[in-house]
Amino acid sequence: MSVEASNGAGRTIVEKIWDEHLVHREAGKPDVLYIDLHLVHEVTSPQAFEGLRLSGRRVRRPDLTFATADHNIPTTDRSLPISDPISKAQIDTLESNIGEFGIVYFGMHDPRQGIVHVIGPELGLTQPGMTIVCGDSHTSTHGAFGALAFGIGTSEVEHVLATQCLTQSRPKTMAVNFVGVAGEGVTAKDLILGVISEIGVGGGIGHVIEYRGEAITALSMEGRMTVCNMSIESGARAGLIAPDETTFEYLEGRPYAPSGSAWSEAVDFWRSLPSDKGSTYDEEVEIDAGSIAPFVTWGTTPGMSVQVTGSVPSPSEAADPSEASAMERSLAYMGLKAGTPIVDIPVDRVFIGSCTNGRIEDLRSAARVAAGHRLADSVKAMVVPGSSAVKAMAESEGLDKIFKDAGFEWREAGCSMCLGMNPDILEPGERAASTSNRNFEGRQGRGGRTHLVSPEMAAAASIAGHFVDIRDWEYK
Amino acid sequence: MKAIRRVEGTMAPMPQADIDTDQIIPKQFLKRIERSGFGPFAFYDWARTDDGQLSSDFVLNRPEYQGSQVLVTGPNFGCGSSREHAPWALQDRGFDAIIAPSFADIFRNNCGKIGLVCVTLGQDEVSELIDISTSTPSAQVTVDLEELTVTCGDFYATFEFDEFARECLLNGWDEIALTEHLDEEISGYEKRRRGYLPSAKAV
Repeated sequence: MSVEASNGAGRTIVEKIWDEHLVHREAGKPDVLYIDLHLVHEVTSPQAFEGLRLSGRRVRRPDLTFATADHNIPTTDRSLPISDPISKAQIDTLESNIGEFGIVYFGMHDPRQGIVHVIGPELGLTQPGMTIVCGDSHTSTHGAFGALAFGIGTSEVEHVLATQCLTQSRPKTMAVNFVGVAGEGVTAKDLILGVISEIGVGGGIGHVIEYRGEAITALSMEGRMTVCNMSIESGARAGLIAPDETTFEYLEGRPYAPSGSAWSEAVDFWRSLPSDKGSTYDEEVEIDAGSIAPFVTWGTTPGMSVQVTGSVPSPSEAADPSEASAMERSLAYMGLKAGTPIVDIPVDRVFIGSCTNGRIEDLRSAARVAAGHRLADSVKAMVVPGSSAVKAMAESEGLDKIFKDAGFEWREAGCSMCLGMNPDILEPGERAASTSNRNFEGRQGRGGRTHLVSPEMAAAASIAGHFVDIRDWEYK
Repeated sequence: MKAIRRVEGTMAPMPQADIDTDQIIPKQFLKRIERSGFGPFAFYDWARTDDGQLSSDFVLNRPEYQGSQVLVTGPNFGCGSSREHAPWALQDRGFDAIIAPSFADIFRNNCGKIGLVCVTLGQDEVSELIDISTSTPSAQVTVDLEELTVTCGDFYATFEFDEFARECLLNGWDEIALTEHLDEEISGYEKRRRGYLPSAKAV
């Protein structure tokens, strides 16, 4: 059933948010939706601002637009100038655009700086029931709060800057229902890798996913953000989770969250958002949470994963010849042999960070694993907090010391090695355990081999020098 | 955006599934602040050897596929990063249309905004076109956006296309200008928005 067709009784949360933001509807055309929050960063915005200048347009709502620098900035000493002249030019361009158009900016030296999808929530900008966009596919992260949040391209960035609206065709809805609870050592990262493994990297195309069930409601906001973050890796337009007490507790008191009587007004509205009983979805998927073990990707899409207890699969197990050839290509790129037990795969590098797993809870979990241990001699590892605020909080808790004592590098906040736009990249042939979101060919550096895992699994691999089942880990 | 009614030319076959935008335009080129000039960097890591030379076995480097206008490829094309640099690179490389069994949503949206036509055909039809362009690289294909057809010799297929996106392409409309015409409705909506919603003015 489309969003329009089910207007009225029995609406899903997606339909409620859609209706709430409808500015214009016309038969045979996509709807025009109002955008509550537009997050901007240095990489996908310069051409949009240039487009505004060329057409003589202004930013309609600079007060609903917030910018930061995250994608290409160095994570080393911030007191030094950016050494890459092209990166510096991009940051300089953002800063000049921000000034010209009057937009709030959390720059490289601002304590509120960080990855767009980490700072929106921690500043309280991300709230239930909102529409949120950003020129970045991982905008789906904000869905953890029960917001409709999705990534857009630069032309759409320009459209939102100019009009605060977007022309959008109605999405289909998909419910992913987790049955039961996740076992010990199974994290939000493993739940979402399990979803992608189940529905495939194109399974979500055209849909907004709502994640439901006890395994989801039991998660912290950080865990929910990890799940929603990787919705795009299934092809979904967005992913979200209905707001509840956990959501409200996280938000209360944050800088941009409502306060006083506005707080109770907001909470009343937020409580009305969860999908109504009897609302229907275009598609429903059931996943047994108890059957999910820690996941490790072995290939070059986030759907190419196995549980840590398994082995690298063989192309002979493929469903059809095109899948077999994709598997062969991936195995060749990854330098892996079919049948190799996952725990026998050695790692050279470990990256803990990103908008998927760079929040405080992720760093705490990884630090618990690393505490009292030393990195394996062959491993280089780095921790890159998702925001400057996460970094400061981690330092106040002594997590930086735990990591440094274990031999990790402790860096400044940014996207870093998740996409390798800054100097943090893999060398050709290097194999990494990474808490990020994409294991595409060359994603973390040309010829680099990425295995996606949870922060706990990444930390354990850095100590052991190869993947281990975190459920067998001896904590010190 | 200039109006587009049909795309005619030769095809280039890339049958793989799930080609992501990191392959189409690798990250090191995203630092550029211009909108043009991305073509030479399209599929850079596949098109170049480790020492930066053009790789002769990469399909788009082969002489028979130089100047091709239509990319024929596998399902879920353009998945991953939302970077519009990917459609910019493909268009700058000379592609005016892409035919695939399915496209990633953000990628297809981005293509629509710049006049790069994404045509969805069935897997069997796509496979047939890939066979044709592999065996006869000079085969001429026509993607007709008015008639919603793809023809190539004896090959004939129809496709569906979002009506609004089609009108925008056929007329070369500026979508921002269309939304700007709704100024009164937008202002009306702004007056009834919930008062507590976050704003830079509030802090």
